[in-house]
Amino acid sequence: MESKLTFPKKPYRTHGGVHVPHRKNTAQKQSVEMPVPSTVTITMSQHIGAPCKPVVKVGDQVAVGQVIGDNEAYVCAPIHSSVSGTVKKIDKVVAPDGSKIDAITIESDGEMRLYEGIRPPVINNLSDLLKATRESGLVGLGGAGFPAHVKLNIPQDKDVDTLIINVAECEPYITADHREVLENSWAIMSGVYALKEILGLKRVIIGVENNKPDAIKVLKAIADNEVDKYDEVRILPLKASYPFGAEKVLIKACTNRVVPMGKLPSDAGCIVMNVASIAFLAEYMKTGIPLIKKRITVDGDAIKNPQNVIVPVGTSVKDIIEFCGGYKEEPKKLIMGGPMMGASVSDDSLFIAKQNNAILAFTEKEARLQEPSACIRCGKCVDACPMCLVPTAICKAVDSRDTKAMLDSDIMNCMECGCCAFACPAKRHLVNNIRLGKQLINNEKKRQISLKEGK
Amino acid sequence: MENKMYVSSSPHFRSNNSTRKIMLDVIIALIPASVVSVVFFGYRALMLIGVCIASCVLCEYISRKVMKRDTTIGDFSAVVTGLLLALNLPVAVNPLIAVFGSIVAIVVVKQMFGGIGMNFVNPALAARIVLLVSFPNAMMTWTDAFSKDVDAVASATPLVAESGAYSYVDLLLGAHGGSLGETCAIALILGGIYLNIRKVISPIIPCVYIASAGIMALIVGQDALYQILSGGLLLGAIFMATDYTTCPITKWGKVIYAVGCGVLTILLRTYSNMPEGVSFSIILMNILVPLIENITTPKAFGKVKAKGDKK
Repeated sequence: MESKLTFPKKPYRTHGGVHVPHRKNTAQKQSVEMPVPSTVTITMSQHIGAPCKPVVKVGDQVAVGQVIGDNEAYVCAPIHSSVSGTVKKIDKVVAPDGSKIDAITIESDGEMRLYEGIRPPVINNLSDLLKATRESGLVGLGGAGFPAHVKLNIPQDKDVDTLIINVAECEPYITADHREVLENSWAIMSGVYALKEILGLKRVIIGVENNKPDAIKVLKAIADNEVDKYDEVRILPLKASYPFGAEKVLIKACTNRVVPMGKLPSDAGCIVMNVASIAFLAEYMKTGIPLIKKRITVDGDAIKNPQNVIVPVGTSVKDIIEFCGGYKEEPKKLIMGGPMMGASVSDDSLFIAKQNNAILAFTEKEARLQEPSACIRCGKCVDACPMCLVPTAICKAVDSRDTKAMLDSDIMNCMECGCCAFACPAKRHLVNNIRLGKQLINNEKKRQISLKEGK
Repeated sequence: MENKMYVSSSPHFRSNNSTRKIMLDVIIALIPASVVSVVFFGYRALMLIGVCIASCVLCEYISRKVMKRDTTIGDFSAVVTGLLLALNLPVAVNPLIAVFGSIVAIVVVKQMFGGIGMNFVNPALAARIVLLVSFPNAMMTWTDAFSKDVDAVASATPLVAESGAYSYVDLLLGAHGGSLGETCAIALILGGIYLNIRKVISPIIPCVYIASAGIMALIVGQDALYQILSGGLLLGAIFMATDYTTCPITKWGKVIYAVGCGVLTILLRTYSNMPEGVSFSIILMNILVPLIENITTPKAFGKVKAKGDKK
């Protein structure tokens, strides 16, 4: 890699993207801490990787920050109790994606008694950091939920020189990261510099969309802080366009590097961390309290009082919406996450997980499904795709169940950002179709494997 | 909860663009050319436009009904086809011939191949070629602009006339013989600018088409500007070659396709027996679109083994 790292004055060119309406209605509202709910239900799979196994039994007394779920697997983050109280039951609940997962229901005693084992971690070197990060239960808070200790554990052969802080927050409505910056700037600053030092990085780029001028001001002050003697931390305002928050797009915009297909950011010499993850890490280093709270944007035209709320992990969506004044009108669609990539769920009896950052409730007007019509080959999906794919061609292959053609058109490179379907004038369900195609390919792979084993 | 929710795959936001809005934009972009044609060629031009649009929409409606499929006249694509067909006809043509053209365009070329988005050649152009071959006399009887009696006065189009018969200003204004919509360059360019501003078409195809035709004209020793401004070149480059269904959707595909259109247009004009080459060149390139798309599929982001800030 080149000896001198440069800081871009303006973002490098990226392909595609769409202009989605911002609707950041809650950006100027102070976040509110929600009172502790009477019960929380904490699911055992709040990250990408192996699900945790419950390590407590029904009837156990637990305290805030106590580990209640863990797994020996490497790609896994432990899960902690977010309240103090009694374990009421351990059984299956429905996850936002419709699957059933183990969950622990804890009845709160209202005391929020802290677990006695909690103390600030001692971090002197990278292995301390990795151990502490795992113990903190941190997962990628941008939405994907990739265990942070895995991300920070850079393989020896990878030459990582750049830390990118993701403050793009390109999804409409969501302002949780924006509020994090405004309300928790101390933690962000301390986290950025701590991480920079421990990882020994010479370049930190804070990528932030230019639709949040107040956040840019705060971040600029952080970047210009005198701690940063050699000016190795800088911000990069990005054009407010979707999907700049996508890891690979952000890396290209900040460094002009391309993450090879199927590879990780470290293959392009970068680590990308969400700003909320950074802030949490700094707080954890100070207090030792693991990840048990989340800032959630509650918005949508069916919500009476849209705002950011800080809730214990495991709080039910219903309780949160009631805390926000309930529904203004009859909700017709509930989304966990943003409107571009979030999952729509069938009712509000689900529970907040670590990686959730928004709950949106829409009325009939916003939620109505549009009937797709024939593809007119306008090519707007091709122009919109940040991964330089040809969505219509992929969908044609999916329609004819041709797995080879699907793979030839690089279906696996699709990150399901939704740009193509957003841009499509014929309202075709492009992303849905591509998901189906990926599933077909996985099924085919499984079939091939079982055929081989059968022999 | 008794209230049933919609559950769907993300994204839950859609742009407010639609097929109908796009078609409406094309119609709006064709208004200057249509108005000019009525000014030049009189009420008969208006009548032809009306006949073509009405028959196209009717054909679309009936064929969808016969095939027991959802009616698609609401997307206005049949209106666009009808309007484009009318603008490609000489004013003196018998309205029944125009109706025949509409049937060819909508029933044969469009619906028999599966309707909107499925036809492999431009319906209006295919119909024009069928008419040209079937009724050569009617299709090549040109009437001069502002002439009182359409049937009596025959005139030569600028392409057939002795070179120098028309000045560039004449060609820009378009007060001369020709198909309804092709004569006035200014009206067509206005429409093209509108389509670009509305992002309905990308400027690649019209610009490359015109540029490559100009260069090719110089190569074969023609007056480039004269070639560009005369005949149906602008109408073809802006409105016919850019038809979504029959042009490549990839960026470089568009470039190759437009170069092919431009070069073929001039070659046909110069070396074939036909005075005009736009329709044939676009149709020929339409047929090549699947091949062009195959070789110009963009490289997926990250498909290279790139590492570092290399140039």
